[in-house]
Amino acid sequence: MAIAKREPTSSGYDLGPQEFTGSQMVWEALLREGVDLVFGHPGGAILPAYDALAEYEGDGRIHHVLVRHEQCAAHMADGYARATGRVGVCVATSGPGATNLVTGLATAQMDSVPVVAITGQVPTNLLGTDAFQESDVVGVTQPVCKHNYLVTEIEELPLVMKEAFYIAREGRPGVVLVDICKDVQIATGTFRYDFDINLPGFEPWPEVTVESVQEAAALLNDADRPLILAGHGIHLSDTSRELLQLVEKAGIPVVTTLLGTGNIPETHPLSLGMGGMHGEAFANRAVQACDVLLAMGMRFDDRITGRLDRFAADAKVIHFELDRAEVGKNIVPDVAVIGDLAETLPAFLPLIRERQHKDWVATLDEWRAETDEADIIQYEVEELIPPYVIRQLWHATEKTDQRVIVVTDVGQHQMWESQYYIHEQAGMLLTSGGLGTMGYALPAALGAQMADPQALVWCVAGDGGFQMTLQELATIQQEKLPVKVAIINNGFLGMVRQWQQIFYDKRYVGTPVLSPDYVKLADAYGIPGAVVRHPSEVVPVLEQAHATEGPFLVDFQVKEEINVYPMVAPGAAVDELIRRPKPGYVQGYSGVQPSW
Amino acid sequence: MQYTLVAWMRDKPGVLNRVSGMLRRRNFNIDSLQVSHSETPGISRMTFVVDGDERVAEQVVKQLRKVVDVTAVEDITNRLAILRELALIRVRTTPETRGEIMQFAEIYRAQIVDVNAENLVVQAVGTEDKVDSLIELLRPFGIDEMVRTGRVALCRGDERPKRRKQATAIFKAAASLNGNGRGEQE
Ligand SMILES: Cc1ncc(C[n+]2csc(CCOP(=O)(O)OP(=O)(O)O)c2C)c(N)n1
Ligand SMILES: [Mg+2]
Repeated sequence: MAIAKREPTSSGYDLGPQEFTGSQMVWEALLREGVDLVFGHPGGAILPAYDALAEYEGDGRIHHVLVRHEQCAAHMADGYARATGRVGVCVATSGPGATNLVTGLATAQMDSVPVVAITGQVPTNLLGTDAFQESDVVGVTQPVCKHNYLVTEIEELPLVMKEAFYIAREGRPGVVLVDICKDVQIATGTFRYDFDINLPGFEPWPEVTVESVQEAAALLNDADRPLILAGHGIHLSDTSRELLQLVEKAGIPVVTTLLGTGNIPETHPLSLGMGGMHGEAFANRAVQACDVLLAMGMRFDDRITGRLDRFAADAKVIHFELDRAEVGKNIVPDVAVIGDLAETLPAFLPLIRERQHKDWVATLDEWRAETDEADIIQYEVEELIPPYVIRQLWHATEKTDQRVIVVTDVGQHQMWESQYYIHEQAGMLLTSGGLGTMGYALPAALGAQMADPQALVWCVAGDGGFQMTLQELATIQQEKLPVKVAIINNGFLGMVRQWQQIFYDKRYVGTPVLSPDYVKLADAYGIPGAVVRHPSEVVPVLEQAHATEGPFLVDFQVKEEINVYPMVAPGAAVDELIRRPKPGYVQGYSGVQPSW
Repeated sequence: MQYTLVAWMRDKPGVLNRVSGMLRRRNFNIDSLQVSHSETPGISRMTFVVDGDERVAEQVVKQLRKVVDVTAVEDITNRLAILRELALIRVRTTPETRGEIMQFAEIYRAQIVDVNAENLVVQAVGTEDKVDSLIELLRPFGIDEMVRTGRVALCRGDERPKRRKQATAIFKAAASLNGNGRGEQE
């Protein structure tokens, strides 16, 4: 799915001066930014804006989705933004409404997702008095925003709105919050939208230096064991096609980050899948063994690097990156190519020699074969295990000609999804990578479905995370969305239990988690569902889910105590990983179970 | 090592907070931070003294540049620059010590700016080293109270940062172009 980057201000609207209230200005600005959908929750301090919304909702110019918790408004705007590449918008009232947004905003900002949040604030004459539902929203959200504003005068509002969208969208995307005092919403003033944005010092698209591209090419052309480490930036710059050209021309294998999954089709022989903490052994060994590491649109997060001083220790590093501050933050590259990948990659391609690296690829294939042998998915297991569920989900969705979007929550199921679902495209997996926010999946799936009503959207969540935001089932029904929900129900906060098993001597403190009867729960919201307890039921129930027109929920009651392998312990080097144990059965917490 | 960084930023409420919040959040070690007006109305100037290695200093510069209200940042550590600090030091006196204290002040070209029966206030201007050593000389007499501004810096003649000139020019152009009250206001 192509990302509409640098979307222009929508024309067809009068950009010249007009008289409006502050409330109207908010919606008028949104229209001029091409926004027709917002996720929000009303309250006293944002009421004037909601009142003005009636007119825009009435004639269908803007649709408002009522959320059940403001955190989810931010996640929905995030899901919408990731699915479209456009700015997602969420709205909340002052005080508790705004503070509820924080987790969602932090999630989006960490993963470079363009979101604009609009919040109501107490009237200017009450600012700083601890008035009812006053909180210092600009102060609270500052560290989790790309930028934010407190609007205390109506004259500022139009330019602030325009700057907010500009900053959220341009360069490395991020979150901008606009906090608007209630009296500003009520006041009347002159609205115009034809300003040129002038933000000296804000440099969203740094100029590419030809020398840096040439230097990078020279280094790569001499490599014997080159490797690409591709991140979210490939998707954000919509350059997976160019990446594939590079890969095939120069015969370079690719490891991705979690947010880079699908940057090249995972069925491609040169795709090694995800690296890092739960990356396959061969992918991590490739990182450690390469002689030139080409990092593209990624930021050397600790989950991908493991122990930093032993990460790709023998490799020369080339870092293609838009955000200057990411260059040299964790890893000091030998060559930095700063700029938009949409500019640097096409400039880089013609300078790269055609190569095949047969020996290198053969070595990797050998390592891959070793891994495959121990892989649980190769064996017929009598119990229902998550890797099997996920692989079958892939088979089931592979057949459809709809666009498929998988949205995962955070935990074991998230890692199994990244391992066993086969991603064919960048951007088909939406997940909270940087912040790792439990509760993300359901609301983000809803946002993605609103973005593309024709898409087949699967929310894959754990029993823990699902219970953090399950109230949004009501929103799914209210909006009549066909989101499909898979709960990987293992009776535990599984990923934390895994750490307790490995690092805390199996003391399962605070991790056994009780679930309601999810099918009954879904039924209470008017959503059909089914329970799956045995492998034989997986395929038929997935078929049922797909055959059902609206939403559908599946409670996969999986084997409780199994772990995600391989695993790099925190602080270990990425090749010191805990491999998959050989197939067998052991006595576990809840009876006999596979030892993988 | 100590690095001297200068940043220019839009003079708006909360900008100092944005900058100091970022420095705290990123765990940078800042020895001193000084804010004041610059020659351009609407633009403030901050001088930072950063303790760390070159990589840290580079990260501080890059992260400062990401703060939207920051218009320009320069590392002037390796430039010829005038580095100064001002200190006001209230020193306890007796009729016997007063003369000696005043002599010390004179050697350091410091001024006596307030005198009464029990103490006097020395105003010292100079590099931090110079201020430090004067303070050490005065400490045995008893320092009642003291305030230091932290480092301010100005490059000499041709060493003026070029980036900033540009940024100021752009900003001035922006202010006049906008014509929406925002430019003038700042
Ligand atoms: C909001 C939040 N709180 C706590 C955590 C820490 N955490 C990471 S994974 C995890 C367990 C998730 O359990 P579940 O949703 O059941 O998924 P599973 O690991 O069992 O697949 C926890 C508690 C987190 N990531 N997010
Ligand atoms: Mg669980």
